[in-house]
Amino acid sequence: MSASIHADARARPVRRSFDTDGPGQTARVGGRLAAWLAPGDTVLVSGDLGAGKTCFIQGICAGLDIAEPVTSPTFTLVNEYDGRLGRVPVAHFDLYRLDDPESVLDLGFDEYLDACVCLVEWGDKFPEIMPSDAVKVTIEIGAGTRRTLEIAGGGKLVADLEAAVR
Amino acid sequence: MHILGIDTSCDETAAAVVRDETTVLSNVISSQGIHVEYGGVVPELASRAHLALLLPAIESALQQASCEADSLDAIAVTYGPGLAGCLLIGLSTVKSIAMAMGKPLVGVNHIEGHVFAGRLADGDLAPPFISLVVSGGHTQLVLVEDWGRYRILGNTRDDAAGEAFDKVARLMRIGYPGGPVIDRLSRDGDPGFLDFPRTYLDPDGFEFSFSGLKNAIRMYLSGQTEAEIDRDRAHIAASFQEAVVDVLVDKSVAAAAAAGVDAILITGGVACNSRLRERMTERGAGSGLRVVYPPPILCTDNGAMIAAAGAYRFRNGQRDGLSLSVLPRARLADLNGAGSVATARS
Repeated sequence: MSASIHADARARPVRRSFDTDGPGQTARVGGRLAAWLAPGDTVLVSGDLGAGKTCFIQGICAGLDIAEPVTSPTFTLVNEYDGRLGRVPVAHFDLYRLDDPESVLDLGFDEYLDACVCLVEWGDKFPEIMPSDAVKVTIEIGAGTRRTLEIAGGGKLVADLEAAVR
Repeated sequence: MHILGIDTSCDETAAAVVRDETTVLSNVISSQGIHVEYGGVVPELASRAHLALLLPAIESALQQASCEADSLDAIAVTYGPGLAGCLLIGLSTVKSIAMAMGKPLVGVNHIEGHVFAGRLADGDLAPPFISLVVSGGHTQLVLVEDWGRYRILGNTRDDAAGEAFDKVARLMRIGYPGGPVIDRLSRDGDPGFLDFPRTYLDPDGFEFSFSGLKNAIRMYLSGQTEAEIDRDRAHIAASFQEAVVDVLVDKSVAAAAAAGVDAILITGGVACNSRLRERMTERGAGSGLRVVYPPPILCTDNGAMIAAAGAYRFRNGQRDGLSLSVLPRARLADLNGAGSVATARS
């Protein structure tokens, strides 16, 4: 299924919103997304402080069978989980503290893009250096723990993710 | 024995000289004020600042210690965890100096350095004890079975405690770094003003989570007007701080009981928090526990703790070669039973 993510995005790109009732469901959508991901795929996650970006990415990582705890990379900027810790190598970025695209590239961002599944918090910063076929997830904060996920990607992918909250 | 210790893992450029593992002769910390306007550490700026500040810091550390570079027995340097670019500046510099002067090089794990700050602060502190390492990048409960032998009891599952302070300060728009700002503000606030959630996860476990608390503050603030937030900010800060401190204290005391030890060391930048010190000391006294917290200059990132850990490792035979590389996500548990960093990594 994972090989089709780029073709799917090219064939029928869609943008759709759906609601989750709390962190459990938000993470579950991430877990479902994991089944689609292979090295070379990028997921850009954006939303305000406390929206649940790390939570969503924890869901993806659980889906990728990463046995290690997945924590916020705000301090380290990038946390790497090599292939031995899960099904595929994963790089988890946090661009919160970075001010220009050069400092993202200084982290070796380009090299990670091909080698890993790249999961990027504050992924709406620096669109100029992000791959055009990345899956984009925007988390909007609703009442209490409710969130609205707006997902832009291939039509098949988005329809599949929507099923996670039904 | 004189050891020079260098730490450039984050935003402090630190160099120090320690004699015989326990006596601090100098402890120079050049804080990088440039990050304040950005509301956080900016890695590129940090690397460049380390480059400019490190050699002068080393020179003043040697000078203040009245120590000639020639008389050093070894040079210790942090190889991780930390920001890759920052670690690289420290390690490359120390490699050059060690090679040029023919001095042994000892790579030190930054977290182990925080644990050795306890040894510098209190000569009577002896394993086994519980160490709560709590800072901007780490929140970890460790059973120190012996110097150099660690059992990790729990980590944070999301945000580090210090990171929660920074992010909440940002949500409240009260400045950076969040730890000192909230600590100061809280002295005029009522910690019981708001009842924010305490996340204990598994009540018998020692894992932490601060992301739910951050979200609770965000939700509370979004329901208040700016005038109300401004009026109550000391109370909000104190209530948030109390929620963090409650969990840190409860888990540390429970860890000491579970491990059957009678001392707790709190160390790392957040260990400077006055409320945490006060509450931990109170609880310790009530539970027959000795609570050790190093003075602030040994709690925040510093070179003396790296020199102290390096001295211990040097005495136990550790020598690292020029092939030593930085490990931004180095883990304390990887040190167990390893004579040197090189073996710990394989």
